[in-house]
Amino acid sequence: MAALKLEQICKRYGAVQVIPDLSLDVAPGEFIVFLGPSGCGKTSLLRMIAGLEEVSGGRIEIGGKDVTHAAPGQRQLAMVFQHYALYPHMTVRENLAFGLRNIALAEEEIDRRIQEAARMLELDALLARKPGQLSGGQRQRVAIGRAVVKEPALFLFDEPLSNLDAALRGRTRLELAQLHRRLGATMIFVTHDQIEAMTLATRIVVMNAGRIEQVAPPSELYRRPATRFVAGFIGTPGMNFVPVRRLADRQGLAAIELPGGQELLTRVPAAVPGSELTLGIRPEHLVTAARGPLPAQVEMVEFLGERSLAHVRLVDGTRAIATVAGASPAAGELVQLDLVMDEAHLFDKQGLAHHAVAQGAAA
Amino acid sequence: MSPEIPSGAKAAGRARAAVGLRASRPAHALFVLPFVAVYALLLLWPLAKGWFISFHDHDLLSNDSFYVGFQNYLELLDDDVFHQVVWNTLRFVLISVPVFVVLSLMLALALNRPGRLAAVLRAIFFCASVFSVTLITLVWQLALMPERGLVAQGSAALGLPQLPWLTSDLLALPTLALVTVWWIIGLPMMLFLSALQQIPSDVYEAAALDNASRWRTLTHVTLPALKRTVALVAVIEVIRQFQVFPQIMLMTNGGPNNTTRPIVQFIYEQAFMQLSLGYATAASQVLLAVMLVGVSVQMWLERREAAQGVRR
Repeated sequence: MAALKLEQICKRYGAVQVIPDLSLDVAPGEFIVFLGPSGCGKTSLLRMIAGLEEVSGGRIEIGGKDVTHAAPGQRQLAMVFQHYALYPHMTVRENLAFGLRNIALAEEEIDRRIQEAARMLELDALLARKPGQLSGGQRQRVAIGRAVVKEPALFLFDEPLSNLDAALRGRTRLELAQLHRRLGATMIFVTHDQIEAMTLATRIVVMNAGRIEQVAPPSELYRRPATRFVAGFIGTPGMNFVPVRRLADRQGLAAIELPGGQELLTRVPAAVPGSELTLGIRPEHLVTAARGPLPAQVEMVEFLGERSLAHVRLVDGTRAIATVAGASPAAGELVQLDLVMDEAHLFDKQGLAHHAVAQGAAA
Repeated sequence: MSPEIPSGAKAAGRARAAVGLRASRPAHALFVLPFVAVYALLLLWPLAKGWFISFHDHDLLSNDSFYVGFQNYLELLDDDVFHQVVWNTLRFVLISVPVFVVLSLMLALALNRPGRLAAVLRAIFFCASVFSVTLITLVWQLALMPERGLVAQGSAALGLPQLPWLTSDLLALPTLALVTVWWIIGLPMMLFLSALQQIPSDVYEAAALDNASRWRTLTHVTLPALKRTVALVAVIEVIRQFQVFPQIMLMTNGGPNNTTRPIVQFIYEQAFMQLSLGYATAASQVLLAVMLVGVSVQMWLERREAAQGVRR
């Protein structure tokens, strides 16, 4: 039984369609992250799951129960808001207890749950304070505590780390991961920060313009992006895209002509449609070398400590980012770039990805 | 609930520091002079002059004035009519202020929603306060007219007894209080509406996810957030209603049997009909003192509550 099942969800605001048709199954215990640029519909989707917004069409099931039109309080879920949304006139203890008193839970049980959550989130010293007397990080922990005491079937997080400073964000991220492991609960987390998504998620749902581009574990998303959008969105800096011309296939693999005229046999099976393709390659797989198939002019070199990145311009004017191997080239210098072909992808005109097969399999 | 406040305070601190960088010069006083001049001329001077006159027997007709010390105040202590008007005014404040607070809060809660109907109703409730007092009293005198008025006919149609709204000792003052509430409820309603719209919507969403019923949401989320506005409305209305006068003057002229005569009418009559300005200004000082006490008690209550809030 799925912890959460979305079936053909659609959302319109007047004439504007934000989410056209979206389906997703979430297994119990998963940490799902909705990732996408602002305006992609990820927060709307979360709010529809929470019941804070009506769906325009489709079905929502939580724990096998249809909750499409149930009130937010009837859905067995807890939500942590971006701006915490603590009750400002209640103490931390009252904030935690409010939802439990509303469902007439026994006071001893309420106390037990608050004690447990307070211990887990180090809130003991704060229980008598009001939200106005807490720092941002403390408020965030109280907001998480308010979700934890409800022992919900599903946790929802709406960009909960975006209001914290960088150091605290890193720490809270870690705490959330630990919390997920300890509770074993199903969590859904909305963010536009891919580092958060990559570090927390068991599966990431990449959204763009109200549609799901890809649902996959972080490593697969990074190594085998399903679309050009995902390839460009995941990774900092993003994947390089080089327009290439298709040549006659050889040995069942697609052959291409790079800007500069060099011919190259990819490791992508020949079943790629179309003649105008885009070669996608991450900066770490595009390396400066003494001899390589791709000539380029260096525009700038960035020293990042463990590696240096060269911002280059190819002969057809395409900009790309390559990893510097060996001596750092000077700006304006002409260099050769080598490609790690096992990690090179081809994108057809529709933006769909075609991945390289491992060398052994191709032979 | 607002991380903005400390940052705002910091900004203010920076602004002060920036101003402090340059030495204060006497010429800077010129910038506040227009305000200080008008304030002194229209407020401080009359206040001081009032104190001064209240210690004199000042005849407005002959413009004679001689010092009598506390004589005017001692006479007020013995004046039965003055006792009556102070009591009337207090009663008026005690009846009208709670009604103002509760009713305007209820109106604001009911009309704090999007949509054209609510917008039209908000405008209607507010627009009564725009009308002049003569218009309001005229309308209400017609409405309260025995037998032929709207209220009399309405209660007759419902089979209710006919009540002497403005002519009974018991009913006249509460009736005037209700007319006053009807007239100027717009402002407190607007104050509550603006306070309601300051409450962030995600707190309500959190309450919805917390299974809070409408009543629990009202008592645990909305009302606590409105505490300061309740105090503000109460203070404003205490100050305004202690000075009640024109609508009473026009509708009952203080009657029946002086049961509706307010302090301000007493002052007006002493000054401009009896022409004894010293006695009238002494009564004004008493009104000022009563208002100050009223407002101070309010503020003290509020501060005590705030202090308890922090301790809890």
